[in-house]
Amino acid sequence: MKQPPKSPPALDEARLRQQAIGAKLRQMFDEVVNEPVPDEFLEILRRADARAPENG
Amino acid sequence: MQGKARASRIDDPARDSAFKRELVALIPHLRAFARTLTGDPTAADDLAQDAMMKAWDARASFEMGTNMKAWTFMILRNQFYSEKRRSWRQSQLDQEAAERTLVAIDDPAAPVALDELRLGLGMLPPEQREALVLVGAGGFAYEEAAEICGCAVGTVKSRVSRARRALQGILERGDYDRDGAAAGDAMGSILAHAERLSTVR
Repeated sequence: MKQPPKSPPALDEARLRQQAIGAKLRQMFDEVVNEPVPDEFLEILRRADARAPENG
Repeated sequence: MQGKARASRIDDPARDSAFKRELVALIPHLRAFARTLTGDPTAADDLAQDAMMKAWDARASFEMGTNMKAWTFMILRNQFYSEKRRSWRQSQLDQEAAERTLVAIDDPAAPVALDELRLGLGMLPPEQREALVLVGAGGFAYEEAAEICGCAVGTVKSRVSRARRALQGILERGDYDRDGAAAGDAMGSILAHAERLSTVR
């Protein structure tokens, strides 16, 4: 009774392909995430912070 | 106006530095999202920097403890589309960026399938591309992606599923614009890579 429903091979194949694309997509995104952040970003933020009005 | 609450938020250095820490941690993600929107690393970093500054300037309106990643992605996305509307030359620039990418991947050592995925992604309609990237790579729930894109959850779901089908078709047919060889086996290469990954684990 508890047999898992058999999906047609074509569906399995499609799912496999989608999983593969998904993995590749994450890899593509993560490659950029893992790049070192250019100094420029922190420099810009530091300057913005410095020009913020001091409260005293 | 809720002047008092706002003012105290603005003048709170501890809050500012907490905000800043969280924002800095998000920079790599903003760069990655910008790269998928523009397709060009230099334009992407300009966009990510603009978005970062807009987020910093708007920090008083951010509710600490809520999802800053989704909030900054929304800012970045709005920035991208408002610039795109202003620029008549954008499609021209996109074309140039695509050509630069093509030149860049002439390096035979480059991981082929990844570049083809990038090109295939570039061929999707922008709203499908961003939906797929947010949900499929950015780790957002459909609800969060809908908030970022300013559309209904059902719309995001259908965009993601259309994007997946279209991308698979492009990769299988080798439809992406690439001079010469390798057309058609991107899907095979992606599958081979996925298999390697699953054997390693």
